[in-house]
Amino acid sequence: MPSMAGSHRPASFGKTLPERGLLLLMVLVFLEGSVLPLGAASSPDVRHQAKLDNSSSPHAGHNLTKKPFPVLSLDYHHIQTPFEISLWVLLASLMKLGFHLIPRLSSIVPESCLLIVVGLLVGGLIRLAGEKVPPVLDSRLFFLCLLPPIILDAGYFLPIRPFMENLGTILMFAVVGTLWNAFFIGGLLYAVCQIQPTNPSNLHQLELLPCLLFGSIISAVDPVAVLAVFEEIHINELLHILVFGESLLNDAVTVVLYHLFEEYAGVGTVTVMDGFLGIISFLVVAVGGVLVGAIYGILAAFTSRFTSHTRVIEPLFVFVYSYMAYLSAEMFHLSGIMALIACGAVMRPYVEANISHKSHTTIKYFLKMWSSVSETLIFIFLGVATVDGPHSWNWTFVTVTVILCLVARVIGVVGLTYVINKFRIVKLTTKDQFIIAYGGLRGAIAFSLGFLLKREHFPMREMFLTAIITVIFFTVFVQGMTIKPLVELLAVKKKQEAKRTINEEIHTQFLDHLLTGIEDICGHYGHHHWKDKLNRFNKKYVKKCLIAGERSKEPQLIAFYHKMEMKQAIELVESGGGVKLPSAVPSTVSMQNIQPKKPPPAKPVERALPQLPKGREEEIRKILRSNLQKTRQRLRSYNRHTLVADPYEDGFGDLLIKKQKMIELEKKIKDMSNYLTVPAAPPDSPTMCRARLASGRETDFKPAQQQKGNTVCPDPQAYSTKPVSDSVPTIQVDLASPQSPDSVNLMDEFRQAGQQQQQEEEQGLMMKPPSGQSGPNKPGEADGSREQQKLMRCLSDPGPSADEDEDEPFLP
Amino acid sequence: MGSSSSSMNDVPNGQQLMQETGFSAATILRLYERFDFLDKDKSGQLRPQDFGELRELALNPIGDRIIGSFFSPGQEAVDFTSFVRILAHFRPSETNRTQKEPANSSTRKLKFAFQLYDQDRDGKISRAELLQVLRAMLGMQVTEEQLQSIAERAIQEADLDKDDAISFDEFRKSLEKVNIDHKMSIRFLR
Repeated sequence: MPSMAGSHRPASFGKTLPERGLLLLMVLVFLEGSVLPLGAASSPDVRHQAKLDNSSSPHAGHNLTKKPFPVLSLDYHHIQTPFEISLWVLLASLMKLGFHLIPRLSSIVPESCLLIVVGLLVGGLIRLAGEKVPPVLDSRLFFLCLLPPIILDAGYFLPIRPFMENLGTILMFAVVGTLWNAFFIGGLLYAVCQIQPTNPSNLHQLELLPCLLFGSIISAVDPVAVLAVFEEIHINELLHILVFGESLLNDAVTVVLYHLFEEYAGVGTVTVMDGFLGIISFLVVAVGGVLVGAIYGILAAFTSRFTSHTRVIEPLFVFVYSYMAYLSAEMFHLSGIMALIACGAVMRPYVEANISHKSHTTIKYFLKMWSSVSETLIFIFLGVATVDGPHSWNWTFVTVTVILCLVARVIGVVGLTYVINKFRIVKLTTKDQFIIAYGGLRGAIAFSLGFLLKREHFPMREMFLTAIITVIFFTVFVQGMTIKPLVELLAVKKKQEAKRTINEEIHTQFLDHLLTGIEDICGHYGHHHWKDKLNRFNKKYVKKCLIAGERSKEPQLIAFYHKMEMKQAIELVESGGGVKLPSAVPSTVSMQNIQPKKPPPAKPVERALPQLPKGREEEIRKILRSNLQKTRQRLRSYNRHTLVADPYEDGFGDLLIKKQKMIELEKKIKDMSNYLTVPAAPPDSPTMCRARLASGRETDFKPAQQQKGNTVCPDPQAYSTKPVSDSVPTIQVDLASPQSPDSVNLMDEFRQAGQQQQQEEEQGLMMKPPSGQSGPNKPGEADGSREQQKLMRCLSDPGPSADEDEDEPFLP
Repeated sequence: MGSSSSSMNDVPNGQQLMQETGFSAATILRLYERFDFLDKDKSGQLRPQDFGELRELALNPIGDRIIGSFFSPGQEAVDFTSFVRILAHFRPSETNRTQKEPANSSTRKLKFAFQLYDQDRDGKISRAELLQVLRAMLGMQVTEEQLQSIAERAIQEADLDKDDAISFDEFRKSLEKVNIDHKMSIRFLR
């Protein structure tokens, strides 16, 4: 047995960690298997009295016979249901843990298969113990508790852009494909059942309608199974969204067909009128579901607008509104899945603009956690329910079903793609078609729907269930296991993991505008035209309503940019500060050390170079730590009702600025060949600058290079420029004091930080051009920014590179 | 459609255009009718004012750039052939190409978009040009500093040869994840 830890001891099982994990799992499984029937077996009236203390002896003379006071007693029934639920959840989670401890296994077999096997084991154990297997895959439990988290997770994080772009294709597959599957399978099954002249079995009793019903149950591609399998194969976005989208949207079709055939299976006939009503019902179910979801989504977005003071319960709103959308849709027999998807997709952009960073993380993690546990439980329960039965195996029926499912799927996909490709810009290739066909997995939804059938109407119920389970097993095991090697074999394009860059964002928006313009010129009201209109409507009306405060006016690009900066700032903090700094940064950056005269280049470099990373790092660490410390201190009080108003987010504001400055500073200094005559902060300068600004004069500083021929500065109060030699560019730094009334937004942030040290640091760091000086600016401070422009003019950084001048034209 | 339906014979250089651009006859006809509609003074040529009449285009942040792209530098008017040639860039591409480098290949599409950025035609998108585009797209909603930061970051990200500007190849590289054939195609122009 190959041992992972590298020990060369020959073949002693259980010595390495993963093997130990496996052993532990087995033991746990056995335990679970034994406790559950034990729980079922305990009768409510048993109370064990263990007398550890024999002190209290019964007093004579009481009317009631007084039993000794029970010091320790066992009352399982009291907590039975929650206990069993917790046990199941624990089992599911431990299984999930275990599979990832054993890497070999999880790379060959997809998780879903392993979980079904575990379920089979547990079911088998319970059976062996002689107890009745609990009806775990009860349809109500499944549809009301296990399914919603998975769908909500999928809907909330649905990538909207590819989904919308391929909506036509997805709908075609979902609606037409499922209809085709249902009728093909149902019809052919009926035909096959009828032709059995030699062996008249009970199959002959099967009517057309139950067959069609069976066909509609078995034809729907299952989102849970698709998610479970496709998540592991990392296929490219297009195929993923096609198969996944289809599995979500075919719920409406399934619901309608199921109800239609179930209604009339008893009666025996379906007329054309019923068919027509069925079509209308389909539209109602689908559109109604989406509407219900959208309404709840808007409500959730609106509620989140006001949650700035109660951040703690923000995630709750997301969950509760979504669940209520699902339940409301189910109440009217509309498509709950579509409601949930619509709710999640509608509410997401607005909620995310409103809620705090922490709440966002909470929502993400809760959704992932719940959906993960749900999925695990579903597969385990599938295994258990298989053992439970009741089964009625019929070779013909089952094998024909399996074959028909495959055939129907392939024909359906090929046929539909032929039609769809006429309308698509990017055609679907044969490889794509194969993957789509192969990815049509069936899962627990089919089983639960089958389980719901009433025996009185459907005497064939057991046979149906057996067939459904066989198909599920076949698709999950065979197709699930082989899809990964096939994807490799066919060299299907994989998902590109690269992060989205700001360039991509800018250019994509640019192209959107371009295409909209061209469509207008052509006079064609196409895709881009309507998208543009929707965006405009969104920006003008909807965002104002649903997003709190200033962020309603924030364009998408800015929001994206902020997010990126935030992420980078977090990375910077986590990596400990200036590890990435180039080694040429001189220590003039270290604030207080600004020499009055031209320092020999060797010195600062000397000071900087050898320890550069360390010394610089230390400074930066100090800055960051002091900032973070302040924010952490505020977290000391624990109060369930209020979380501190996200100090992390305020702290990040400062971090962003600092990081920004550091990067820019490095750049500038890298460009500069020599170092700077930076006049030490003379007592006058801040005052002068303040005065200058306060007088509102148009300061007209030009970079020193341009001023070479002009020694007279237009502003008489300015420092006279020292006669510059060509080699050493001077930097005229007029340091704005933090008390300047026209302080930049930056200054506001410093005031928040409120430390002298920082102000000095900022002063030292301000020797750079106005580009990008401040990170997240508060927009709308128009006056402040104008003054800010003036301030910018004060700071002239000649720099040897010519493109600094380009910044000038853009200052008003 | 007030005017009588035209046939391919009315269209100047109709057949030749079809060959060159790959448009179908129906599309060429449609475009001719549209050209006619836009050409208010029936001079056979379009001027910038004619484009300016389109309301939606006026609302478009880069509307004037798009209009400008139809006119070669120095020209005041564009005739039907040039009109169609520009629009040929947006035809959906097909898998089997007859020509070596047809007008609607993804490189040509990207080049067209690039030229919209690069107004001075020096082959690079400088920071100034990028800032202009950003300002046009984001308008009054953001401050100058934010624009500068974004432009700075964009150039940092894309600029591989460190010349502080984005060349065509760098432009193409930053859009490698986007399916240009899909994104820059209009189904109408088949």
